[in-house]
Amino acid sequence: MAAAARFFIRGANSKISISGVGTGGQSSFGAALLKLSPGCSPSSKTQRRHAAHFTFQPDPVPTEYGSTQKMNLFQSITSALDNTLATDPTAVIFGEDVAFGGVFRCTVGLRDKYGKDRVFNTPLCEQGIVGFGIGAAVAGATAIAEIQFADYIFPAFDQIVNEAAKYRYRSGNLFDCGNLTIRAPWGCVGHGSLYHSQSPEAFFAHCPGIKIVIPRSPVQAKGLLLSCIADKNPCIFFEPKILYRAAVEQVPVESYTIPLSQAEILQEGSDVTLVTWGTQIHVLKEVANMAQEKLGVSCEVIDLRTILPWDTETVCKSVVKTGRLLISHEAPITGGFAAEISSTVQEECFLNLEAPISRVCGYDTPFPHIFEPFYIPDKWKCFDAIRRMINY
Amino acid sequence: MAAVSSMSRIYGLCFHAVRQTAGLKASRLLQHRAFRVSTTHQQQPFDSSLEKPQFPGASAEFVDQLEFIQPNVISGIPVYRVMDRQGNIINPSQDPQLSKETVLNFYQKMTLLNTMDRILYESQRQGRISFYMTNYGEEGTHIGSAAALELSDMVFGQYREAGVLMYRGFPLDFFMAQCYANADDLGKGRQMPVHYGSRDLNFVTISSPLATQIPQAAGAAYAFKRENMNRAVICYFGEGAASEGDAHAGFNFSATLECPLIFFCRNNGYAISTPTNEQYRGDGIAARGPGYGMLSIRVDGNDVFAVYNATKEARRRAVAENQPFLIEAMTYRIGHHSTSDDSSAYRSVDEVNYWDKQDHPISRLRHYMTARSWWSEDDERSWRKQSRKTVMEAFERAERRLKPNPELLFTDVYNEMTPNLNKQRESLWRHVQQYKEHYPLDLYDK
Repeated sequence: MAAAARFFIRGANSKISISGVGTGGQSSFGAALLKLSPGCSPSSKTQRRHAAHFTFQPDPVPTEYGSTQKMNLFQSITSALDNTLATDPTAVIFGEDVAFGGVFRCTVGLRDKYGKDRVFNTPLCEQGIVGFGIGAAVAGATAIAEIQFADYIFPAFDQIVNEAAKYRYRSGNLFDCGNLTIRAPWGCVGHGSLYHSQSPEAFFAHCPGIKIVIPRSPVQAKGLLLSCIADKNPCIFFEPKILYRAAVEQVPVESYTIPLSQAEILQEGSDVTLVTWGTQIHVLKEVANMAQEKLGVSCEVIDLRTILPWDTETVCKSVVKTGRLLISHEAPITGGFAAEISSTVQEECFLNLEAPISRVCGYDTPFPHIFEPFYIPDKWKCFDAIRRMINY
Repeated sequence: MAAVSSMSRIYGLCFHAVRQTAGLKASRLLQHRAFRVSTTHQQQPFDSSLEKPQFPGASAEFVDQLEFIQPNVISGIPVYRVMDRQGNIINPSQDPQLSKETVLNFYQKMTLLNTMDRILYESQRQGRISFYMTNYGEEGTHIGSAAALELSDMVFGQYREAGVLMYRGFPLDFFMAQCYANADDLGKGRQMPVHYGSRDLNFVTISSPLATQIPQAAGAAYAFKRENMNRAVICYFGEGAASEGDAHAGFNFSATLECPLIFFCRNNGYAISTPTNEQYRGDGIAARGPGYGMLSIRVDGNDVFAVYNATKEARRRAVAENQPFLIEAMTYRIGHHSTSDDSSAYRSVDEVNYWDKQDHPISRLRHYMTARSWWSEDDERSWRKQSRKTVMEAFERAERRLKPNPELLFTDVYNEMTPNLNKQRESLWRHVQQYKEHYPLDLYDK
């Protein structure tokens, strides 16, 4: 597992890693961090290769939370962690390789700023990381665990499903691990193949007791992560790793939260509802434009944001209005979370539906290496599904 | 610097090897020549015995003989004991010199647990509770270790450590309420019997998945270390659970992250039907401790004083030095694994009888007390009667009590009630109203 991860890092991120090491000595966090983003510029070669299937468009600059700074997604994560460590003396961050800044640079500068007892490496053992985090949370600390890739969260499945999710319930609320947040890089990345690309949210969606959250942008990432950390339930926060450097926007410097279990309507529309989360939001935003231009179809785009417990109300209200629903996700279709959304909407909006609900998802195969462009539910697949749905 | 110079020595050696192969490209040759030039400066008369290994992964000497390290399983880590099977102190320097009251309390807690076990075991046989697990033969490990801890120390257990709760003063009514899953159960009737927990007594609620508590204990101990409040964590598990990956995780994490934690392994010879020779091939569990850089000891689990001494010292040092300790208490599971198991299917009655009659923690402590005239036959008779009476009273109270309100099926899944769960809760109530006669509503609190 370690070998695989390290190989990947050398291949994909050598550039950013080297610049990270170079500035690692400077502990002035924040400003230094932002200067350190040559690898983030969308002009770099690697970036163009990664960005092939979507175009990130920043949201309007949020004004309600004070001054903002230009951040990419990994920097906004660091900023959220920084805010947390600054205000919560019990908060600790741990996982594999987080001490030097993390293989995706999400924890750069935090150990220097807050001490090695608060930001530290663990042995290479995912079940240990989550078990340890649960214990720290049970003892009253705010535990922020990192799993290096969502693909490697499965060794901790038992600790998450049988332990973290059931702690409060089984003890009659005598004990809980509500202060636990598990962060993990998630989703496809262009060349991650089987074990650096997975989207495992549906495995966890079948598990009462945990929350699962996936942001689409730096502003969303920071606000949702801070909500996860503050939430009194164990949360899994999946970070679309392809956006770590590709997504750049103005992010509030101070702490702010974005509520969990609330979907967001990004674009109002009247003919079709498009629901997705994470990177796929940017694909569907483009698809909505294509549908408008090429078909004259008005799409309502919804970012689900929280997978569990999910916002049925926003989605159903939208479908009542549009009468059509397309759900898309990178994960395989069978047993994917689109199935849950689809059957719920079908139950709630049966009289409003004018066409079968459409699911545009990954195929029921492992995530392949060289075939990634054919595997992912890209804009053309989504566009075609809309076309067929409209003509139904 | 040492590392750098030995590196260049290695490159030098490489060159000598490479030089003998033909067909090298000119540029390569130049490179190697450059290396040779730089190494000639450092080449002194070479004495390989002076070389020290520089590997970052271990601190050790070189050895020039091929020799595999032998595990020492024939003559394993010795079993520490304080008193013999007749209750005589073997080495006075090891006598913890506990007061009469303390020792009587040990004895009464051990026997009270034993009485509760007998009654609840029988009640399961009669179908009055659904499941039970006794503690026969392991009472000494619970009481001895619990007595050596502070009440503020957090306990993570497996399921066969009810004596720890008993020692901490968990009321019989709560034990019974949990087994009966009645409206008084602190756990709200959600878990199977013997899955006890108590916030007030710092006893973390038991869960069935084995060994999951082990890395959790490490995390809790780490949090305590940061709080700097002189608190430790103790984590109990059986020798079978020690085979789980989580045990490996917990041992390693607690050592590398320097956690004030006592791992307490109850090695009772069996994991359900699996004997230890199918569980491991090393010298038990204690021998694994040093592999993780953990101070370790093996004690006689039927000797409450040996358990007490080892736990006391481990607790003192764990908190003072922020490091984990491993105690392996050797004992024997006298009872069946659980009420769903008949152990005569895989072990002999003679074997069980030996431990029950010849080497039992309760009888050993009784010998000790009798020798000091702290306990007589009369005391024994009246205590038996009294303990049986208190257990029976609690038992009858628990049995009469209603079950918790079915509403509690939906709470505590999350800290807050989610809209989805609320909907399901309402749907259940609508359903039950309509089909009342098919549900045991009168047994439940309203």
